[in-house]
Amino acid sequence: MTNSVEIKNLDLQFGAIKVLQDLNLEIGKGEFLVLLGSSGCGKSTLLNCIAGLLDVSGGQIHINGTNVTWAEPSERGIGMVFQSYALYPQMTVEGNLSFGLKNAKLPKSQIESRIKRAAEVLQIEPLLKRKPAALSGGQRQRVAIGRALVRDVDVFLFDEPLSNLDAKLRADLRVEIKRLHHSLQNTMIYVTHDQIEAMTLADRIAIMRGGQIMQLGSPDEIYGRPVNKYVADFIGSPSMNFLEGKINEGAFHVGDLVIPLERYAFAGGGPVNGDTTIGIRPEHVVTGELVGNAPFQVDVEISLIEPTGSDTLVDCKVAGKHFRVRMDGQSRVSVGEKLRIGINPAMASLFDLKSELRL
Amino acid sequence: MVDTTSHTFTGPHGPKPRKAFSRRNIFLYGTLLVVTLYYALPLYIMIVTSLKGMPEIRMGNIFAPPLEVTFEPWVKAWSQACTGLTCDGLSTGFWNSVRITIPSVILSIIIASVNGYALANWKFKGANVFFTILIFGAFIPYQVMLYPIVIMLREIGLYGSLTGLVIVHTVFGMPILTLLFRNYFSSLPEELFKAARVDGAGFWGIYFRIMVPMSLPIFTVAMILQVTGIWNDFLFGVVYTGPESYPMTVSLNNIVNSSQGVKEYNVNMAATILTGLVPLTIYFVSGKLFVRGIAAGAVKG
Ligand SMILES: Nc1ncnc2c1ncn2[C@@H]1O[C@H](COP(=O)(O)OP(=O)(O)OP(=O)(O)O)[C@@H](O)[C@H]1O
Ligand SMILES: [Mg+2]
Repeated sequence: MTNSVEIKNLDLQFGAIKVLQDLNLEIGKGEFLVLLGSSGCGKSTLLNCIAGLLDVSGGQIHINGTNVTWAEPSERGIGMVFQSYALYPQMTVEGNLSFGLKNAKLPKSQIESRIKRAAEVLQIEPLLKRKPAALSGGQRQRVAIGRALVRDVDVFLFDEPLSNLDAKLRADLRVEIKRLHHSLQNTMIYVTHDQIEAMTLADRIAIMRGGQIMQLGSPDEIYGRPVNKYVADFIGSPSMNFLEGKINEGAFHVGDLVIPLERYAFAGGGPVNGDTTIGIRPEHVVTGELVGNAPFQVDVEISLIEPTGSDTLVDCKVAGKHFRVRMDGQSRVSVGEKLRIGINPAMASLFDLKSELRL
Repeated sequence: MVDTTSHTFTGPHGPKPRKAFSRRNIFLYGTLLVVTLYYALPLYIMIVTSLKGMPEIRMGNIFAPPLEVTFEPWVKAWSQACTGLTCDGLSTGFWNSVRITIPSVILSIIIASVNGYALANWKFKGANVFFTILIFGAFIPYQVMLYPIVIMLREIGLYGSLTGLVIVHTVFGMPILTLLFRNYFSSLPEELFKAARVDGAGFWGIYFRIMVPMSLPIFTVAMILQVTGIWNDFLFGVVYTGPESYPMTVSLNNIVNSSQGVKEYNVNMAATILTGLVPLTIYFVSGKLFVRGIAAGAVKG
């Protein structure tokens, strides 16, 4: 399989600030890649470099096997959708859709048929004669997607396309984008803040931090085997519980608790001794009848309860540290009550205390 | 549920009543009235005087409305009053001003808007240096440059011609207009510009099809600034043109300040109103857009 987008040693700086540093990334044909990271980590900058809207300071960008590092945005075979929709306000929806095609000097009949097809796919046919001001947010974003769609490009770039929409609409459009990807089978690079979006849409997720890619992998890998503490902390909501301790004789010691690590799959093969952080996701802690099967069990006192409807989040203390447990929404527990919790070390993550890398 | 017996809904309801003659209102409207009079009274005097005959003016009482309305002074101001050597009124000056203002306004707005667009959107090399120099230009007093420009125009053979004056007006309008356009264009969402680039539009395509259609308010502001500025200009007109191509303001000055004969106040008043008529019309026609444009440009720098 040839790659659709290849980025080699990409550097980008604004004046003295290095925003992207020696970034390498290969995206397969038809792949849905999500760029995820906290604000200011360079996601939009990377996307703009791929689109050709920013001149790179170093490195190369290849799209479909062609070196496009110096090519104009319109020559790269990409379509882009922006957070603020960026529809041309003085043109009708139809005008917005046809603008790029007219610039490409396509024959009129072809322009019309492409607009018709895109409008059908996105269900915006009744809106074609309207101006963007007369559309709702969801409709506007649909038109913006349509503008990329009509150009018949191989690579779609999305820069937080759904973050201006309300929660329900976001969920709807998310499904629609996924469906669109299934039917079009083109490459999509999608920037978001939203973990749910990332997890549900992505074939692979790239976690970015400080202009570099920390981890690149499937949603499962990112969630289950984060390469370092940053990624572990960033992914998952509520976020992972961390306890600092020591590994000694195949077990993790924190305070006077000893967590056996026989079932933990160490990255290096066998157990390592030394100062370590253990990360346990709140949803991987078991309670009730299931506790009996867990290799490690401890009694805690409930200090706070946050019901969310489907789940109940319970705050307690393990080895003197704050610890969160996710329980079923039906659970009847109250503050001050004692609770027995069980942990399966196979589901946990261990990180070297200093380097914060996965063990 | 809410305990409805604890209190009943009596007392104030609906809009709060306001006194028509509160101290605050008297002060506010009083001030407004005084300011209005301050501006309106001279205009009133000019209009009534221009409609009186000379005998009536000599009776004094400048505030009285005309006993006998006459348009004689207006006709005279337009076509017969003596401006220096010739005696064909303001009409020649008017047409000169038109021939100066229209090309200057159009030329300066076109160039400045393209400048502003390039500076705001295409961050080309040296853009900031260029912009700084341009802004610096706005602060150099005109007087310093008067004579050097005379020499420059003479060297290229345009001294004393309308074309020369058009060039001067265009150049002098550049700093402020470019600043105006640059700020307006940078206040437009950057993503629109990016989207247009992805859609394959080039420098001019984006300018004409995306930027200009979104910028009617700022073009109006620029037009008002330039029309009034150039129409009202006196200094450049006197310096850079000759008697046969003097703009209207210079003709007006020559009528009002002519030393021979009696002072014809009515003709002077009519001539002055005639000269001010163009900027006045522009304000009335496009006042609303003007305010909107000024506000829009002010938001982001
Ligand atoms: N034109 C610019 N000049 C200087 N610095 C810039 C410029 N654009 C972006 N930056 C800096 O580059 C860094 C990365 O910005 P970028 O917009 O790529 O972040 P992001 O990951 O998209 O963040 P967000 O999630 O908030 O959109 C930021 O620290 C930002 O301050
Ligand atoms: Mg961004």
